[in-house]
Amino acid sequence: MANGHPSFLALLFPPPALGSYRTLKMESDEPDGHSLSRRVEWCDVTPLPQDDGPNPVVPIAYKEEFRETMDYFRAIYQADERSPRAFRLTRQAIVANPGNYTVWHFRRLLLQTLNVDLYEELDFLQQIANSNSKNYQLWHHRRWVVERLGIDARAKELQLTKKILSLDAKNYHAWSHRQWVLQALGGWEDELDYCQQLLEEDIFNNSAWNQRYFVITRSPFLGGLKAMRESEVRYTVEAILAKPENESPWRYLRGLYKDNIEVWVNDPQISLVCLKVMNAKSNYVFALSMLLDLLCHGFQPSEEFRDAVDALWTSDNHPLDSDLAKAVCCILEHVDSLRASYWRWRKSKLPLAA
Amino acid sequence: MESFPSLTVTQRDQILVEQQVFNIYKAFYDMPPSSQSLMLELQRENHVEYLTNGLKHLGPSFCVLDANRPWLCYWIIHSIALMDEFLDPELEDNTIDFLSRCQDPNGGYGGGPGQMPHVATTYAAVNSLVTLGGDKALCSINREKLYTFLRRMKDPNGAFRMHDDGEIDVRACYTAISVASLLNILDDDLVQDVGNYILSCQTYEGGIAGEPGSEAHGGICQFVACGIASIQYEKASTSSDNLFIRYTFCGLATMILINEVDRLDLSSLIDWVVFRQGVEAGFQGRTNKLVDGCYSFWQGGVFALLKRLQSTKGEQSVPMGDGEDSGAGSPQTTASSDATGAEGLNEDSSQAGSHFEQGEPHDASCPVVVENIDHNSSKRRAKVEPLFNCLALQQYILLCAQEPGGGLRDKPGKSRDHYHTCYCLSGLSVCQHSWSEDEDSPPLPSAILGSYSNLLEPIHPLYNVVLDRYQEAHEFFSRS
Ligand SMILES: [Zn+2]
Repeated sequence: MANGHPSFLALLFPPPALGSYRTLKMESDEPDGHSLSRRVEWCDVTPLPQDDGPNPVVPIAYKEEFRETMDYFRAIYQADERSPRAFRLTRQAIVANPGNYTVWHFRRLLLQTLNVDLYEELDFLQQIANSNSKNYQLWHHRRWVVERLGIDARAKELQLTKKILSLDAKNYHAWSHRQWVLQALGGWEDELDYCQQLLEEDIFNNSAWNQRYFVITRSPFLGGLKAMRESEVRYTVEAILAKPENESPWRYLRGLYKDNIEVWVNDPQISLVCLKVMNAKSNYVFALSMLLDLLCHGFQPSEEFRDAVDALWTSDNHPLDSDLAKAVCCILEHVDSLRASYWRWRKSKLPLAA
Repeated sequence: MESFPSLTVTQRDQILVEQQVFNIYKAFYDMPPSSQSLMLELQRENHVEYLTNGLKHLGPSFCVLDANRPWLCYWIIHSIALMDEFLDPELEDNTIDFLSRCQDPNGGYGGGPGQMPHVATTYAAVNSLVTLGGDKALCSINREKLYTFLRRMKDPNGAFRMHDDGEIDVRACYTAISVASLLNILDDDLVQDVGNYILSCQTYEGGIAGEPGSEAHGGICQFVACGIASIQYEKASTSSDNLFIRYTFCGLATMILINEVDRLDLSSLIDWVVFRQGVEAGFQGRTNKLVDGCYSFWQGGVFALLKRLQSTKGEQSVPMGDGEDSGAGSPQTTASSDATGAEGLNEDSSQAGSHFEQGEPHDASCPVVVENIDHNSSKRRAKVEPLFNCLALQQYILLCAQEPGGGLRDKPGKSRDHYHTCYCLSGLSVCQHSWSEDEDSPPLPSAILGSYSNLLEPIHPLYNVVLDRYQEAHEFFSRS
């Protein structure tokens, strides 16, 4: 990067250097240095070149090795050859390009036909994931394998995703996989603690908040949103008061009442957290935004709210609107000027004052 | 890193990016006006050259995109069309020929010749051909077979899978429905239950996730989100992914295309997406994540969709009350002057803002959109005020995402690539046209950051193809 700061993620996830690429290749059972065409095993197969036409667009200057691997792959794919050598070839093709979904698909057919040990397949996937954990095919394939292994694979999957998330706490694929494992195979018992731990490390980690929501709404052990609400609200309010500029807990707090907006409007804890943040007079955009939503849904504010809002209005050009919701919009338009047009629009949508 | 001991990873990452972006802005504001206007210039010639070169030749590092070649075609051809440039006829013919080789005999397009048909690469191929336009390109699409392919990809739960035995998610739903709509083969069988699936993906935050339960997301930017980034794509890359599409945009566009948008909680979706624009002026994909140029379209495009909804349905139609007011309103039928399509929107507004102004008939020829109710400016004619800050976004795209030598990127410090070039430019077009009162009138100079020559062609936001190319295709496929 320009000023010498490498991106933090880039440090955690260095581009898979040639090293890891080689490691994978050596592990494939290709005797080094011998191209497929010179190996007895493949002498009966005629490689099938890509039908690119005379003047292809977006033509890729394939490395010779890549071209050869794919030519052989096309040949066995077309012949639908379900053999061990075909299986080994898919490994080579996946290493060369993990984004080739056709190869992955054919590999699944081979896994079925050849009765391969699926735990070995998980190890192979782990190697691919080490160099690229953000690939749809990889995770889709893994799900397919785990589906077949069933509950025995559970611990390994939870462990693997945990490991990936320890390096990149917002890896979307890893989170999706973890959620799928929980739903398909269980393992919910420690999940809330896990979210808690991740949030202690980084309270701004929105993926961890999302996972927390997933757990409290879906875990069979926790009794659902309604049962969890009280304790979750306490936790979230605390997180907000510690860092009112953190958008994640504000959205989470609102989510805790998704099933019942009326309870949200009338729960004094909600309006109180808005009031406290406004009274502290810094980082109050989300507090005002939530107050506005409350007002739109019929919240009846006491004088304290009016006073708190008035205290945030520093401009002496004109007095603040007497309607509290309008006043909130005016302040937001002013202090959150990037979104000024949004707040103007919100103001225009307010129900007529009673 | 040691310099921020008390900060979390999220805060540290954010600060590093902010510093880089603010340095650029600071340098810009310290410049004399003449240098400023140079900085704000869209380097058309260089972009076109970078793109055209890619169409003609790609280096060995592109092996990892070998299953995404129709995507490369689309990113390049669409970008060139946005700049109102044309390919030379030979290159155009070569593209049509190449894409025909990617077309499966049983329908749909694969990532390259001989690869399995894939819904997302089908979308990329069809959008490329529509963008090229002309009978030859449009006739090359086997619509009957494509329809059977899409039917085959439809899961019993209503959603679509990407390919035989492939993954099911919101992107697959969007690309399938978009292609079917564009080719005029969308029917009840394809639509059946897809809305239920999308609905189950809207999260408590308001945005839309890839699968039920996941985090609200503009989507996954492969090149960026992993930090492996475009540098790798340009050089020795082993990372790839065959999907470059974003969930919230996809979910919303799908719901509009199937005429079920009112089932979404639009007020929370809007609130979520306006907050994705950050201090850097660009958009982030998820709450508390980093800014990235490609979200200029994936999030900015959401506003273009909303604007379209409003101008079609009438100004008060986006309910701000979580849908609890979705009782039967009076059906409003707009005049049929929505020449640019989005059929179905016209008739469906039964749930529109019922507690505001009850179903006034709207003349679609004067679409009052998000009207400016600021008292100071209400004397001026009603104007289309976008809900996001489109001048700020243009600033991010031109100053932070643009590489003067050609091509656009995620953020300062990353390298250009075709994907980001496509979506930064698409986002730029959205910004420039977001004040326009209707699609046919050119934007006012005040809507364009930098010189008016930066102006790009308008797009059709549901499909992200250049508007007049869409119109040609729409006409072509409604005839046949
Ligand atoms: Zn990106």
